Amino acid sequence: MATITPPTITPNRPTTPADGLRELTSRRGNGDRIFLGGVTTSGVLVLLVMMAVGAFLALEASDALQSKGWSFLTTSEWQPDRNQFGIAAVLVGTVLIAFVAVVVAVPIAMGTALFITDVAPTWLRSWLIALVDLMAAVPSVVYGLWGLFFLQGKIIGLSRWLNAWFGWVPFLDVARADPNSPLSSQTVYTASTFIAGVVVAMMVMPISCVVMREVFSQVPAGEREGAYALGSTRWGMIRVVALPFGRGGIIGGTMLGLGRALGETIAVLLIISPRFDINFHILESGSNSVSSLIAARTFESTGFGRSALMAAGLALFAITLVVNFTASWFVARSRSGASSEA
Amino acid sequence: MTILLEHPIVHEPRLQATTTSPARTVLPQRPGPDAPPDQPRATRGLSRNDVLPLVGAALSSLCTTALLFGRLTPLSGDLGFVAAFFAVFLLTYAAIVSITEDRPAVVDRVMAVLLCAAAVVAFVALASVVIFVILRGVKALTHTNFYVKDLSETGPLDPLDKGGISHAIVGTLIMTAISLAITVPLGVACSVYLNETSGKVTNFVRTVVTAMTALPSILAGLFIFATWVLILGYERSGLAASIAMSIMMLPIIIRSADVVLRLVPGNLREAAAAMGASQWRTVWHVVLPTARSGLTTSVILGVARGVGETAPILLTAGFTSTMNLDPINGPMVSLPLAAFELVRSPQPSQVARGFATAAVLMVLVLILFSIARILGGRPAGQLSKRQAAATVSQSATDLARIEGSRRAQTNDIPQEPPR
Repeated sequence: MATITPPTITPNRPTTPADGLRELTSRRGNGDRIFLGGVTTSGVLVLLVMMAVGAFLALEASDALQSKGWSFLTTSEWQPDRNQFGIAAVLVGTVLIAFVAVVVAVPIAMGTALFITDVAPTWLRSWLIALVDLMAAVPSVVYGLWGLFFLQGKIIGLSRWLNAWFGWVPFLDVARADPNSPLSSQTVYTASTFIAGVVVAMMVMPISCVVMREVFSQVPAGEREGAYALGSTRWGMIRVVALPFGRGGIIGGTMLGLGRALGETIAVLLIISPRFDINFHILESGSNSVSSLIAARTFESTGFGRSALMAAGLALFAITLVVNFTASWFVARSRSGASSEA
Repeated sequence: MTILLEHPIVHEPRLQATTTSPARTVLPQRPGPDAPPDQPRATRGLSRNDVLPLVGAALSSLCTTALLFGRLTPLSGDLGFVAAFFAVFLLTYAAIVSITEDRPAVVDRVMAVLLCAAAVVAFVALASVVIFVILRGVKALTHTNFYVKDLSETGPLDPLDKGGISHAIVGTLIMTAISLAITVPLGVACSVYLNETSGKVTNFVRTVVTAMTALPSILAGLFIFATWVLILGYERSGLAASIAMSIMMLPIIIRSADVVLRLVPGNLREAAAAMGASQWRTVWHVVLPTARSGLTTSVILGVARGVGETAPILLTAGFTSTMNLDPINGPMVSLPLAAFELVRSPQPSQVARGFATAAVLMVLVLILFSIARILGGRPAGQLSKRQAAATVSQSATDLARIEGSRRAQTNDIPQEPPR
């Protein structure tokens, strides 16, 4: 039996030196050049505007920062006209408000996210997703009004109860309150860090919830069903599959909410009564935050005082930047984060 | 077959063995040959075993809490009642479930209740915000003059049938229109830039835009106040507020538009390129139309965010009680700013106006948001019924055109062989 060898066909082509590799780059037409020029211009324009904001803040703030140096971070008073100013008190207030907000919001956000992805019946899911998105869209001034006129009256009882039972915890103590006397005034509990934090939590919760829901919904179906097939209950599946898978998203969502809470202005401005000493007692009346300080003082300050406000704003911006970048780092680094957006 | 006794998540009542310690492996008790055939367990829907413990626990804990609050202990307050009810409910429910189920099942049921409670808390919070704001504002909302008059001839002491917030409604619309005119072209062009080019500059722009989504909105206002008003010397106006709003909205819009454009299927681009379309034709005729609904959504969500922002407008727009249609000269007020200023008045009628303003703002945001949901529920490339019909009719027109031109060609060259 003869073996058939496939004939080797050599291309009958002249191998002249001119016959090199084909040019693969295409020449752009005029339309493309104009198009690319246009979008590049807009991209660079956006870049310039965005950098101008940061650079301008830094430039304006340099006056105040040079005059105070490091003591800007440690002084708690705010009297720029007497050259006595610093962000120790307002920064502590900002962080405490954001902290309360995150502590209140994150369990609710996580519970809602897990409820949407794993527990709720299918017909309810789209409604719940819309509900959470809607919560994120409600303007902050509306939350502020609600907090000032509605929540404050309701939550004072909780403040008093916390103070009565947990007053021994250092930051839940209220100096001028006597929880055991029924006649004691309620005003020592109003306008506190705690109430402002709870109102800001309303804005933090949907932001965290969206990120967490996104991550939990990406749990691979194989692992989910594998857990069920091994006889796991639903909570068992959540505990051993969904939560470890979504850890990056949980942390990222929390930090994203923290970033929002740090920058919140109007709701905080409506609720707190400003004070300028470092106050760790979150239930006590009076608090402060950087953004509400800027909102309240911009018009009444002149030259140097404004520079001091810019410096405070710069510090706030730096903190939110760090928090947000850490958040996206966590989300991107987690197993689930490759395709999620946060 | 061996079964691990101590596995934490195994829940299968039929495989339970006697709980003697230490843990050892046992054979499961197989049903005998004359045992009835296994019945498949119903896994869908609610069984009586799911519902009755819930109802029973709810009733018993309601009674217990009512007793605690009314008779036995000096507890009081709505919030406290709800909290105590929930705590008692959880305990009762766990106890009832543990009669028939083992520990993992009890934990599962209790956690399901907890997760559900979180969603209920979110819902109740949102509902209370919406209802409370509308209830407090309803006295002003029922007067027609509230929508068509401004506050120029109305003092804080005037009753609610005088004056209104038309100036704030108009102000919001003007500011939103100006910031849309700035952000839509710039934002879409920038997101196209991020998607169509690559390199160090692109990555840098993307990083900076991402960073700027973290910008607290008050700082956008402070920036415009310091440059536009203080350095350039213009007065506070609707235009200044619009620019501040745009700075705040741009990163939000660019970021979500970037994501939307990235979701455009690559084979569509490649098909366009393969047919010889140039880059800008690909973008203009393929990429942008495909992503249209998503782009609209991202713009609307950015607007919904910008419309409700008070902080930057507080610093840049000024406050006025008269109608101002000129965005360049004179202060202009927007809805959130008007709500903020009105509720700071001690007069009840002003506060009612403030709440009504907030309610109008909320309805406006809700409308924007619903439009965004309707447009944006679909991924890129999927068409609504109307769009699909439009595409089909367009294809029919194209087909007729092509057929027509081919017929014309075949008439010219009749000797072309049929395929």
